[in-house]
Amino acid sequence: MTRQGKTNCKMVHLTINNAPVDVAEGTTILNAARQVGIRIPTLCHVERLKPVGACRICVVELDGVQNLAAACSMPVSEGLCVRTHSQRVREARRLVVELLLSEHDGQCQTCERREDCELQALSAELGVREVSYEGERTRRRLDSSTPALFRDSGKCIKCRRCVSVCSELQHVGALAAQGRGFETTIGPAFNRDLSSVACVQCGQCAAVCPVGAITERDQVDELWAAIDDPSKHVIVQTAPAIRAALGECFGYEPGTLVTGKMVAALRRLGVDAVFDTNFAADLTIMEEGSELLARLKRQLLDNQPGPLPLLTSCSPGWILYMEHFHADFLPHLSSCKSPQQMFGAVAKSYYAQQQGLRPEQVFVASIMPCTAKKYECQRPEMTSSGSQDVDVVLTTRELGKMIRAAGVEFHELPDESMDDPLGRSSGAADIFATTGGVCEAALRTVHEIVTGQPLPAENLHLTAVSGLSGIKEAALTIQGALPAWSFLEGVTVQVAVAHGLDNARQVLEQVRRGEKSYHFIEVMTCPGGCIGGAGQPRFTDDRVRQARMAAIYREDEGKSVRKSHENTAIQQLYQDFLGEPLGPRAHELLHTRYAPRDTLGKSESG
Amino acid sequence: MGTADPGSLCQQSTFEELLGQLDDVLLDYAKVPGALIPVLQIAQTLFGYLPEEALRRISRALDKPYSEVAGVVGFYSFFTTVPRGRVMVRVCLGTACYVRGGKEVLAGLKNLLGVEVGETTPDRAFSLDVGRCFGACGLAPVIMIDDDVHQGVRPAQLSRLLEPYRQGAAADGSARRDQDS
Repeated sequence: MTRQGKTNCKMVHLTINNAPVDVAEGTTILNAARQVGIRIPTLCHVERLKPVGACRICVVELDGVQNLAAACSMPVSEGLCVRTHSQRVREARRLVVELLLSEHDGQCQTCERREDCELQALSAELGVREVSYEGERTRRRLDSSTPALFRDSGKCIKCRRCVSVCSELQHVGALAAQGRGFETTIGPAFNRDLSSVACVQCGQCAAVCPVGAITERDQVDELWAAIDDPSKHVIVQTAPAIRAALGECFGYEPGTLVTGKMVAALRRLGVDAVFDTNFAADLTIMEEGSELLARLKRQLLDNQPGPLPLLTSCSPGWILYMEHFHADFLPHLSSCKSPQQMFGAVAKSYYAQQQGLRPEQVFVASIMPCTAKKYECQRPEMTSSGSQDVDVVLTTRELGKMIRAAGVEFHELPDESMDDPLGRSSGAADIFATTGGVCEAALRTVHEIVTGQPLPAENLHLTAVSGLSGIKEAALTIQGALPAWSFLEGVTVQVAVAHGLDNARQVLEQVRRGEKSYHFIEVMTCPGGCIGGAGQPRFTDDRVRQARMAAIYREDEGKSVRKSHENTAIQQLYQDFLGEPLGPRAHELLHTRYAPRDTLGKSESG
Repeated sequence: MGTADPGSLCQQSTFEELLGQLDDVLLDYAKVPGALIPVLQIAQTLFGYLPEEALRRISRALDKPYSEVAGVVGFYSFFTTVPRGRVMVRVCLGTACYVRGGKEVLAGLKNLLGVEVGETTPDRAFSLDVGRCFGACGLAPVIMIDDDVHQGVRPAQLSRLLEPYRQGAAADGSARRDQDS
């Protein structure tokens, strides 16, 4: 925003800590300071969201102004003279932190966030050695009502970051401040459990929480128990986004690819096979690509509603959001299960059969960048194999903890390869990790099915829909359609890509109002797509998203096979087991249904 | 929610009818910025309190998250989500009343009515609340029963003080039930 502003807006000249600074009018003091390499601490600000000014940590001293000002919400003005770390400022910040600590029921030695707690880090930075205030502590109320998230109100410092992301970024509004004064709690309406309201379990609240008040549900012990159970054949699938982020748990720079070490580490934990969700991502493209073509045919050739646009269905937070808030669009959602669930269904049928195992002997664990996947695997529909297709879901962070608990020196691990056959994948599957990736992967295959020619894009990249803009569009005119697809000759396929649910909502509303018309819309719940998922190592900002995204494209470009339909393991699966895409067996194992839900969640009175 | 809500202060309408009246109000306010608080006030006037179903309708009609609607209701002590009794009993806990036995009076009322502060008796006769000075410090400790101020109250007198109101509340209640059925 500010970069763009530089060309159009008036520039403002100010001084920060005696250094002259020029920034665009409207820039906040916090962002102006960042541009010159000064980090003003804050516990409530979230990049790109409206400042809340709740925590008062970012206060700075302004020449000629009596009171300290909140840098996150105060815009710069001409000639302003700012001191960001003067003694008065440091003392004010320390006072705020001491007051927060005096209420905070932190349980710090055993807290989930004991290694990356922002309150503790700030306390250290400010040199707080004792808390001079005594008094009542925040009341502790635990909420473990959802499969994905765990809330502990005693640790909450009421910064409201979770409220900002839930309402502004996701347009869900499950969380808000309840009550008043010391009794204020941040949570669902009337302090009810999260499971009783329209929460989509995306976990972005947990991703931005500075303390341990909202975290993912820790399921590490469930995987350990399965590994220790001799009657279980434990297999692991790793989502595309893990390999570009897991390294951060071990001190690697964001954007370091650790695919080989990740596989080696999982083997050291004692699992029976290491497989790839990417395999199932390729399978998803086969099914979803065929579904798109079937709907195009129905609409363009048979003059019946496709219905189009086809909406992607990989992101479980998005699915819940649709069910709660946009039920009129449910027929547009692809009936494809997500790659995680396709993997589970195939693992407990095809793979179990190959291994001579009964489905219930196979234990499927997923490593996901996501909290909503913990919920998704428990949906009652996800039992095509006869029992729960995916048994347990761990986040990237939980895998990091497990590897450390096993005493594995991650840096020293060799690079190892995934097992066959469910570990084989194409580059198209890799880019499922990033916004725009599913769309690009689908078009790589669909275009080739229709024309016999590769996607006419440099290096197969649909650059118009990559990157961090919230809503992206592309158009692709079909030329040289094969006879079977002649109705598509000359048709311009319109696609849109959105990440973050509020962006998705805007796209849907434009379609609803008839202002826009698309054939295909990709939606990912989290900003940046899965690389920015709520289960990824903290703290994810745009710089980190860019680095992980670049890594994902490198992984794709490094593959010899870069189109899903060219994955030989997928071809074999259809030949030996599934039959045709969208065929009866594929339908039974790989597709699902959706049902409308109340926009407000359940009513208290039934 | 039941069909006829006995907590309603409006004796002419059933709960369903009141919801219909609320829906009419919401039509007028749907696109008005800053409508939440006025609408909550109107709803509380209609129902005598803010029942869950009314809040859900308000949330939907104004396109406000339910969590935000609940947050506003919880922030202002004016709003209540529990039906109020036909008679309101308020105990002053301002400094003067507090030191002269207001706390004991409150304890006595809790005991007598069998409810906590902010609650209503199961027969919907009495609601109990506290205040932070009624401006009658010279008469401390005071309580207010509806609009009547009672001075120099002793816990032992409470039962006798409430008696006339108890009869009135019961009479109101039977009249209400007749009209509802």
